[in-house]
Amino acid sequence: MALLDRHAASRDAYQAIRQASADPFSVRFDSVISPTEGVINGQRTILLGTNNYLGLTFDPDCIEDSVRAVREGGTGTTGSRIANGSYDGHVTLETALKAYYNRRHAMVFTTGYQANLGVLSSLVGRDDHLLLDADSHASIYDGARMGHAEVTRFRHNDPEDLYKRLRRLKDAPGEKLIVVEGIYSMVGDVAPLKEIVAVKREMGAYLLVDEAHSMGVLGANGRGLAEEAGVEADVDVIVGTFSKSLGSVGGFVVSDMEGFDVMRVVCRPYMFTASLPPAVVASTVTALRKVQETPALRHKLHANAKHLYDGLTNLGLATGPNCSPIVAVTMPDQAVAIGMWNTLLQNGVYLNLALPPATPDNRPLLRSSVSAAHTPEQIERVLEVMEKVSREFGLLKDEPKRALA
Amino acid sequence: MDLITNPTVLEVARAAEVVLGRSVHVTAASDISRDLAVDSLALMNIVMELEDRFDISIPIDRLSEVQTVGDLSSLIDNIRNKA
Repeated sequence: MALLDRHAASRDAYQAIRQASADPFSVRFDSVISPTEGVINGQRTILLGTNNYLGLTFDPDCIEDSVRAVREGGTGTTGSRIANGSYDGHVTLETALKAYYNRRHAMVFTTGYQANLGVLSSLVGRDDHLLLDADSHASIYDGARMGHAEVTRFRHNDPEDLYKRLRRLKDAPGEKLIVVEGIYSMVGDVAPLKEIVAVKREMGAYLLVDEAHSMGVLGANGRGLAEEAGVEADVDVIVGTFSKSLGSVGGFVVSDMEGFDVMRVVCRPYMFTASLPPAVVASTVTALRKVQETPALRHKLHANAKHLYDGLTNLGLATGPNCSPIVAVTMPDQAVAIGMWNTLLQNGVYLNLALPPATPDNRPLLRSSVSAAHTPEQIERVLEVMEKVSREFGLLKDEPKRALA
Repeated sequence: MDLITNPTVLEVARAAEVVLGRSVHVTAASDISRDLAVDSLALMNIVMELEDRFDISIPIDRLSEVQTVGDLSSLIDNIRNKA
């Protein structure tokens, strides 16, 4: 057996998708010209699947600070912080995160994936228990797998189910760490955090919230779902990313836990990888300041999300349970999902094709992520194209609501 | 087909039917991935269903040792005997 034969089933599935038309997992942009627009095959395309919630990737101040940092500090750090030391920027960024979240400890990772990998594999160990929401991101599952704690899943967004599973573990030795996400990445639904906090308190567990998709999006100061739900004091650990609202790359963890700094010498995904380069750190520091100083960005984001969510729902498409900057439409089957995705792209709209098992309930999704930088005209154009294409694929039965120019 | 007499194996089959939404015919020797066409996510959902049926906790990190329905049924029996 050849080494890659073990992946035969995945290879065949991938081949079938590619034969249907353009390859949804290898889209190539000729260029990306703004947070909301790119060029694909010479055609200007609206970007509606890039998690660029606040549109800060082209913010002039972020760019200027990034350029200055690369000139002053070079293109890379060429090593990890425990081996090569920290740059001033790493410390500045961690200080800014501590101040923003009002927490005693902050640690920066090279990616959001590594932040989850590191925290979940190091914070709990043998005889401890991880309780993961069933719809958790792959990085949470992988972090759980890398560590030595026993792993139990609970039904998605179901505090009673969590309670039941914690009750079964009440006589088991070791600590319990509950892991949830602020906004779930596939359909944009939000964790019932107040209820989960109540369970955590009653059962004596710790709580970690991954705010990857909710940082900069929820809360009066953009700190995420914990802030919005008013339960920050009950959240022991917050994990997040720089690659969405902050428009760069990297991950972080903040906590008030006594002695948290020991993580810097036990957490392998922190220790054994090169640290973030100066240019990335600099734009991230500036973006974090913008998130705090510019609540208007969040207001614009939510107005755009509502515009798209209401528009798609009114068309009669199967949108998710609540309006959020992630707007997903459930597709009847994979063939329609792939066909729709391709036709949307041909009509200048790029969004994400999400296929099982990465989706809840084994249903294919067309997943959009809205940005504060989208104009109302862009959203309107997307709605026109969606209506036209949905009608072509037989998803809409009633009379046209919009005329496509 | 072999007659299934092990009650745990029967429960595994029932849990699989609930999660997969189709009828399944299994013996203890059935390979979960190959014979039942169950991917890793569906297996974790079947385990969740079994946790509720037996009111036990089945840590998913233990699934690396599970290949057949019989393996899963033995894991459940071991956990129940320890409880």
